[in-house]
Amino acid sequence: MISAGIDCGAKNTKTIIMKDGQIIGKGSVLTGFDQGKAVEDSLEMAIQVAGITREDIDKIAGTGSGKNAVEMADMKVSDIKAMGKGAHKIFPNARTVTDVGAEEGRAVKLDENGNAVDFAVNEKCAAGAGAFIEAMSRALETPLEEMGPLSLKSNKEIPMNAQCAIFSESEVVGLIHAKTEIHDISKAIHDAMASRIVSMIRRIGVNPDVVMLGGVGNNPGFVESMRRELEQDKIYLPDEPEFGAAVGAAIVASEAE
Amino acid sequence: MLANYGYKDASGDFFITIDTDICNGCGDCVSACPADIFEVMDEDPNDPLRDEPVAVVSADKKKKLKYECNPCKPASERPPLPCVEACKAGAISHSW
Amino acid sequence: MAEEKKQEFWRWTESNWKNPDIDWKDAKFVTSGIDVGSVSSQAVIMTDGEIFAYGNMRTGSDSPDSARNALKFAMEATDMPEDRMDYCVGTGYGRVNVPFADRTITEIACHARGANFIYGPEVRTVLDIGGQDIKAIQCDEKGKVTNFIMNDKCAAGTGRGMEVFSDLLGVPINYVGDRSFDVKEEPQPVSSTCVVYAKSEATSLLRKGWSTEEVLAAYCSAMADRIYSLVERVGVEPEFAVTGGLAKNRGVMDRLMPMVGLKRMKTKWDTQIAGGVGAALFGYALCQKGKGRKK
Repeated sequence: MISAGIDCGAKNTKTIIMKDGQIIGKGSVLTGFDQGKAVEDSLEMAIQVAGITREDIDKIAGTGSGKNAVEMADMKVSDIKAMGKGAHKIFPNARTVTDVGAEEGRAVKLDENGNAVDFAVNEKCAAGAGAFIEAMSRALETPLEEMGPLSLKSNKEIPMNAQCAIFSESEVVGLIHAKTEIHDISKAIHDAMASRIVSMIRRIGVNPDVVMLGGVGNNPGFVESMRRELEQDKIYLPDEPEFGAAVGAAIVASEAE
Repeated sequence: MLANYGYKDASGDFFITIDTDICNGCGDCVSACPADIFEVMDEDPNDPLRDEPVAVVSADKKKKLKYECNPCKPASERPPLPCVEACKAGAISHSW
Repeated sequence: MAEEKKQEFWRWTESNWKNPDIDWKDAKFVTSGIDVGSVSSQAVIMTDGEIFAYGNMRTGSDSPDSARNALKFAMEATDMPEDRMDYCVGTGYGRVNVPFADRTITEIACHARGANFIYGPEVRTVLDIGGQDIKAIQCDEKGKVTNFIMNDKCAAGTGRGMEVFSDLLGVPINYVGDRSFDVKEEPQPVSSTCVVYAKSEATSLLRKGWSTEEVLAAYCSAMADRIYSLVERVGVEPEFAVTGGLAKNRGVMDRLMPMVGLKRMKTKWDTQIAGGVGAALFGYALCQKGKGRKK
């Protein structure tokens, strides 16, 4: 049984190919302005890695905000279901799962079988998604990938008052003018964002093991801010957290009749 | 006066409305709220000619009501809100 | 580019004015209202509830200085000594930075009271669209607030949101209105409310071949939708008055008013002084109630 899960997100489109429960191929491309092309490209990339042909794939499932662009899909899987299945596959003890993507943040409560029993979503507002840190990195004139490591160098607590990404940009510029150290500003940015995501997670309850998926999981500063804010000793994070939902979708596809 | 504290953003409408014609400034909401959202002011900043005290939503909480109120609003079961219950006069309502 | 935009944005001129028909020596109470906004600051001096003089200036980086300068500017138009002032009320976003104010009052109360004065007691709905917030206020015939919303958390629908777009599209802010009507057909509004996401949406529309004017039209119309949804929450009652910087942007206003279904009220006064007038009037009312400054 070979299945594929394609997660067409706001920023990246990810594909996972699984054979009998094992990941045999993956692909990730920038979504850009043509979702259909991104879906094709990421699937093609995963097929090449797996060393198979398109005909070898029995079932394909699409998920993510652009799931309707996954035209070859046999089924569409909700983002909530995909992240729950993905987290359970990687960490069977996962009970609270959060997925923080470029334009959306989600939290799911899982039972011991990996079924979603409750969820909360923050959508359509950049203050609660990866887009926030991206916008702030531009205001700080610091590359996005340096934001997290910088944040880890700080132990200061600077509150950010603005709750909107646009107004936060001005606040960051104000902090720069006030000669605040750049790593302290970076931590303030991650803390502000983590506190909003954690408050969303608290609506479904925080139960260990806590798992984080989504591309923003690649930012160690954000993960640390989340850990502090969640008062957890450890947050479980897969090696490539951005593939979490694609893994889930591939599992759902493999379980289909 | 219907004082709508809070905001509308792309993710929804998050307003706490205090009917100041009903509010008597007793302060029961202040002690009932686990997030310390309310305070009682002797002079209503939005109605300077009023003589009685009145409850308001604190300035520093106003822009994050969606987050501050989350603990009282779990995703599935919705118990009655402590602030709404505490207000015997019935002056407080939530938009979400 | 940034410099040029700034110049256009600040194009309005600072002004001060004195009422030639009033002699301050006849006044029982002289009160002032200082409205320190994020963009402009006004000082209004009133004698027994009539406008005696005002000054309207840009807000500098230092709010206490802005408050002082605006008052000085208003005083310059008169021959009145500053210590003649009986009471001073600070209002606006920077109201805590009016060091010489006897009291601060929110801009909600002051805008309603001021609109009642400058538009007349028929005004029931006041919409103020500022640089960083949107206020929708309902008031009675005395200018007392009966229902209000102040949205200052989110940039959608505010002047700041418009600035972001004028910057993104390279269109000076005061040309946005006219150019947004330079389209063959009115496009669908931009679907993202969040300004950050609306920016990406606009970029992708441009890539699809939309003209700058079409994107402007789509954004102005999204702004109008947004603003209307806030007005709707407090309710639309005639008469209807609009104040604030965006009141001058026909790209948004000509799309908003048909939704409201009412005509905007007109006034001979500069609408920017509404908050300051309201503040000075509250000062006057407090003096009359015997709640003035302890001397």
